[in-house]
Amino acid sequence: MEATYNYKVVRQFAIMTVVWGIVGMLVGVLIAAQLIWPDITLNLPWLSYGRLRPLHTNAVIFAFGGCGLFAASLYIVQRTCQTRLLSDGLAAFVFWGWQLVILLAAVSFIFGVTTGKEYAELEWPIDLIITVVWVAYAVLFFGTIIKRKTQHIYVANWFFGAYIVTIALLHLVNSAELPWILGGGATAWWKSYSAYAGVHDAMVQWWYGHNAVGFFLTTAFLGMMYYFVPKQAGRPIFSYRLSIVHFWSLNFIYMWAGPHHLLYTALPDWAQSLGMVFSLMLIAPSWGGMMNGIMTLSGAWHKLRTDPILKFLIVSLSFYGMSTFEGPMMSVKTVNALSHYTEWTIGHVHSGALGWVAMITIGSMYYLIPRLFGREEMYSVRAINTHFWWSTIGVVLYIASLWIAGVAQGLMWRATNPDGTLTYSFAQSVNAMYPFYAIRLIGGAMFFAGMLLMAWNVWKTIAAGRAVNDARIPEAVQA
Amino acid sequence: MEILYLLIPMSVALVAVIALALLWAVKSGQFEDMEGPAHRILMDEDDAVPEKSDITTSQYRDEAKENK
Repeated sequence: MEATYNYKVVRQFAIMTVVWGIVGMLVGVLIAAQLIWPDITLNLPWLSYGRLRPLHTNAVIFAFGGCGLFAASLYIVQRTCQTRLLSDGLAAFVFWGWQLVILLAAVSFIFGVTTGKEYAELEWPIDLIITVVWVAYAVLFFGTIIKRKTQHIYVANWFFGAYIVTIALLHLVNSAELPWILGGGATAWWKSYSAYAGVHDAMVQWWYGHNAVGFFLTTAFLGMMYYFVPKQAGRPIFSYRLSIVHFWSLNFIYMWAGPHHLLYTALPDWAQSLGMVFSLMLIAPSWGGMMNGIMTLSGAWHKLRTDPILKFLIVSLSFYGMSTFEGPMMSVKTVNALSHYTEWTIGHVHSGALGWVAMITIGSMYYLIPRLFGREEMYSVRAINTHFWWSTIGVVLYIASLWIAGVAQGLMWRATNPDGTLTYSFAQSVNAMYPFYAIRLIGGAMFFAGMLLMAWNVWKTIAAGRAVNDARIPEAVQA
Repeated sequence: MEILYLLIPMSVALVAVIALALLWAVKSGQFEDMEGPAHRILMDEDDAVPEKSDITTSQYRDEAKENK
C-alpha cells in the first residue's frame, strides 16, 4: 500500500516558482528601464521592448504564477484528499512538459515569433504542447480527487478544478489558428493566423484575456488562499459556507466580463455595456473571498505582528480586495473614457499581479518550502520580514506612481483649447511620464530585490535541510 | 457579431456543466457539513520535523535518542 505523498513534483515546482519569478521580474525591471532609457539594451533587436514585453508577461503569469499553482494544487490535493497523486510518471511529465513550454516560449519571443494575441502570443506548435501538458495535469488532478480517501472535497480543490477546466476551454477556443503551411504559405513553418477575424477576433481574444485573469489569476490563487491562510493562521476559514457560495457565484457570472477591455472600440455598444454590467456584478463574489480570508484572522490579529508569512498572505488579500474594486470601477464607461490606454491600466494590473498574485504565492512558498525539505521553518525568518517590506513598499510605489501617471495622461489627451484644438501633443504627454516611470522602476526593482532575498533564503533552507521523501499519509482516515 | 453564435452557446453549455457539478455536489452530500471541513485541514499535521510526517521517522528517533 502506498504510504507517502508525492512531494518530489511539489518541490520541483516550488523551486522553479522562485527561479521563474526572478527571471520574469528581471525582464519587467528591464523593460521599465527601457521606457526611461530606450537605448539601454544597445538597440539589439532580440532585447527590444516589443519582444521582451510578452516575455515578461508570459514569464510572470505562466512560468512564475503557473509553477506556483502547480506546486500548491498538487500539494493541497494530496493533503486534503489524503492520498498520493494518481501517477508519479504523469506528475514528472507535467513538470518537464511545462518547463519545456516555458523555454520554447522564451526563445520564440526573443526571436520575435508571436501570434500577436495578448497573453496568447505563442505559436501553434507550442500551443499544441501546452494542450497535451494541460490534459495530463487535468488527469493527474482529477484522478487524485477521484481516488481520495476522504468523503468531502475541500473547497480549495473546487477552485483548482474550475481553473483547470476553464483554462483548457479558453486555450482551445482562443488559440484556434491555421498554420500558414497548411494555407499554402511559403513563409516560416511556425507562422499561423487566428481562426477569427476583425472584431470577432477581438471579442474572442478578450473573452479569453479576461477569463484568464479570472480563472488563472483569481480562482486558482483563491484555491491557494483557502488552504494556506487557514494553515498559517492555525484557524479555520472564517466561513466555510461563504467560501462555497462565492465559489459557485464566481463561476456562474464570471464569463462575460471580457468586453470591458473593448470599451469605445468597434464592438457593438450593447456588448460593451453587457461587459460593464457583468464586471460590476463581480465585486460581490470577489469581495466574498477577500473578506473570508481576512476575517479568518479575527480574534488572532496579534499574529500579524510577529508572523511575516501571514503578513504576506493577508496583505495580498488586501491588494486583491483593492484591485477587484478598482477593476469594476475602471470598466464603468465614464471612468474608462479617462483610463483606457493610459498607465493607470498597467498600475491596476500590477496591483493585482504583484500585490495579490505574487504576494500570496510568495507567502505560500514560504509555508511550503520548509515542509518539503524537512525543516521547521525558513532559514531566516527575519529575511522573510525584510522581503515583505521591500515587496509592499515596492508595490505601493509602483501603483501610486502609475495612478498619477495614468490620470495625468488621460487628462492631457482629452484637454482641448477653446478653438477645439488639442492642448497637448502626444509627445508632451510622453514627456510628462518620466518622473512616474522612474518611481515605477524603483518600485519594481524593490520587488525584484525581494525575490533575490527569497532565493538566498530558499537556498540556505534547502542546504540545511534534506528532501522529505516523502511525507507519510496519516493512517487514521476520518470518515 | 456572428462570433456570438459560438460564444453564447458555449457559455450556456458551460453554465450547464457548472450546474451539473453543483447538483452532483449537493446530492452527494458535499455540503452537508459546513463546519467540519474547515477544521479538518488544521488537524492534518504537515510539519516536517520531528518524526511527524517524515518517512525517515526511525532515523529521527535514533537521532533524538543520541542527543539525549
